[in-house]
Amino acid sequence: MKSTILNTASSYLLPILLLFSIFILLRGHYHPGGGFVGGLIASIAFVLHSFTHGTDDTLKLLRIHPGVLIPVGLGLAVLSMFAPVLIGDPVMTGLWFDEPFPVIGLIGSALFFDIGVYIVVVGVVLTILFTISQYSE
Amino acid sequence: MIDNTLIFPVIVHLFTAIVQLFFWRKTVAQRIVSITGSLIAMLLATRLFTAVWNDGIRTMQAAGWDAPFGITFVADVFSSTMVLLTSFSGLAVSIYSATGVARGRMLYGYFPIFHFLLMGLNGAFLSGDIFNLYVWFEVIIIASFVLMTLGGRKAQIEGAVKYMAMNILASTFFLTGIGILYGITGTLNMADLSLKIAALENRKLVDLTASFFIIGFGIKSAVFPLYFWLPSSYHTPPSAVAAVFGGLLTKVGIYALFRVFTLIFIPDDFLATLLVILAIFTILTGTFGAVIKNNIRRVFSYLIVCHIGFMLGGLGMYSEIALTGALLYLFHDIMVKTNIFLIAGLIRKLRGTMNMDKLGGLYAEYPLLSLVMALVLFSLVGVPPLSGFWPKIYLFEAGFMDGQYALVAAIIVGSFATLYVIAKLWAKVFWKDQPDAPDGETPADEFKPLNPFRKSLLVVPIVFLAAITLYIGLAAENVAAVAKHIAHEMKDISPYIEAVLGPNVSP
Amino acid sequence: MELLLVILLGVLYAAGIFMLLRRSMVKLLIGLILLGNGANLMIFLAGGITRGKPPVIDDAAKLFTDIYADPIPQALILTAIVISFGLQAFAIVLLKRVYVLINSDDLDDLNTPEEEDI
Repeated sequence: MKSTILNTASSYLLPILLLFSIFILLRGHYHPGGGFVGGLIASIAFVLHSFTHGTDDTLKLLRIHPGVLIPVGLGLAVLSMFAPVLIGDPVMTGLWFDEPFPVIGLIGSALFFDIGVYIVVVGVVLTILFTISQYSE
Repeated sequence: MIDNTLIFPVIVHLFTAIVQLFFWRKTVAQRIVSITGSLIAMLLATRLFTAVWNDGIRTMQAAGWDAPFGITFVADVFSSTMVLLTSFSGLAVSIYSATGVARGRMLYGYFPIFHFLLMGLNGAFLSGDIFNLYVWFEVIIIASFVLMTLGGRKAQIEGAVKYMAMNILASTFFLTGIGILYGITGTLNMADLSLKIAALENRKLVDLTASFFIIGFGIKSAVFPLYFWLPSSYHTPPSAVAAVFGGLLTKVGIYALFRVFTLIFIPDDFLATLLVILAIFTILTGTFGAVIKNNIRRVFSYLIVCHIGFMLGGLGMYSEIALTGALLYLFHDIMVKTNIFLIAGLIRKLRGTMNMDKLGGLYAEYPLLSLVMALVLFSLVGVPPLSGFWPKIYLFEAGFMDGQYALVAAIIVGSFATLYVIAKLWAKVFWKDQPDAPDGETPADEFKPLNPFRKSLLVVPIVFLAAITLYIGLAAENVAAVAKHIAHEMKDISPYIEAVLGPNVSP
Repeated sequence: MELLLVILLGVLYAAGIFMLLRRSMVKLLIGLILLGNGANLMIFLAGGITRGKPPVIDDAAKLFTDIYADPIPQALILTAIVISFGLQAFAIVLLKRVYVLINSDDLDDLNTPEEEDI
């Protein structure tokens, strides 16, 4: 797509949108937001980048193929779900640190589940969209 | 008894699938991981079964939220037996797939999807919550859609359309049933539902809701009016996939029918009659289809429909003996149906076709292998000492005690038709000489050029499952003891309810 | 409100089943989608429609006394919507593939004869 405004804007929008997606991810436990929405915003950032710079450039920017993100995220989510069993609690029990961390707030296993979802969503959306765009080229 | 480890058979398949996703393009690693994962799953399932058999029902409340408010997983003897049998067929199929499935299919994620399917099956068996049962069913069908279409041959895609449409329709009926059930009781936990449904005054409403479940599960397990998707799709995917489908996928529908209709809706006269009538027609239609078909896998597909009727009839009679017979048949059927599709796949490897008219002379060429296959085929028929015979005795006994002569007659017709079909198959495929191909070219033997290790990967799972079938046949009293125990638990559901809701609630 | 939803529910189910019985594959798909939406609405209706606040308790209070909206049907519907979204996406891709393969939208063209089996 040849549009100077979009071209210039997308370079600035990519980091801002990624930051915003992480903000959405972190506020998700008590407020609207969470891993799914955050992941969608992050993938939209990359898709916007691929509109202006081409799919190959975006893949180069990502360094790894987005498909690899799917098992990583899935693994993280399952581990966070499964971790309580190791200390004798039932599956999916929320484990929390007692003290809140600066900036982030309370950290618990639910956060890792959300991060896993975030990574899976980015992986799935980018895999599907890039496959379609490379197929049509 | 609360046991947080009963979820392991589900988790191990999930982990196996995730590890395999990392080896996306490396098919050798995928095969090794798949067989290892299935082996671990079998050990865990055995452990779960022995624990439940010795110490009674185990439950797990996810995140510690008490039933009926949280998500409950329950392992009673029925569930854990099904998990055990699933792990046997899962192991056999994952060994068979290592050579039986084309590399091209593996590159598109055959193995991870296969393990997601097994995860869904184990989850459905262990779930103690009706909505979670629905979710596990969806996991199963979406994985099975992918396995069904993987490869993209024309026949496969055509079969998949029917399969997809009917299965989505079944899920919709199931979901509607759940909606009404939640509306009239306000709970989703199966043990709690059992108490609340039993206390309801309006039995017509209960029967109506039950009909939704009959339709939903009936489509999934290929029961009479809506069975047609099965024979028109099960002969299309690779044999390893057809083995899992034939052995386990229709049986999970039967499992759900047994679970729902012994725990939540206790069959009254209306439901019992309905189930028996459906069973009779299912047996007859399956029989007619099997007799006229010529392709081995199409014949087997119709036999699945026919034998689903036996189990449904057992549920319809709803006496302890009938349930014992139906359960015994279920155990035998899972092992044998998985195996016969693997055998069909092996025959195709040997001769390049599954059309009975073009096959022949297998016994002359591979006598030992043929004998193993004969053992399995005649177990399916139910020749006396073998496994298909014992369940029918229970079913006949229950039928005569109950006065269900039509059902008994249908079972006899179904058994004789199975005998006829298998005898025809034996004569045409194994005894008759190999017919000359019309245009002079003989179909390629894909089995001979394989090295001995790969050959054994194809043969070992068949022998393994045949050994289990033989055990079910020759040590029938042990297996029947399990079936009797389950049938007893089905008639007297208070231990289940107590295990889930705690000892203070009495039905 | 309930009456309106009940009528809508009936229309959705009727239209869905009608579409399922057509010969066109696209209409089959539309039928499945309509039925799925009908089922979701059904759960919503069966759970009881109450105009109330979300069932969240204040820190100070121990019991919930006000009218509240039942969250379970909403959770069920959310799950069911996501699942049916996945299934429908798969179905659309499958039907497109069928169209490319056999160049027809008619379900009656989907019969490879037994002789062509392998």
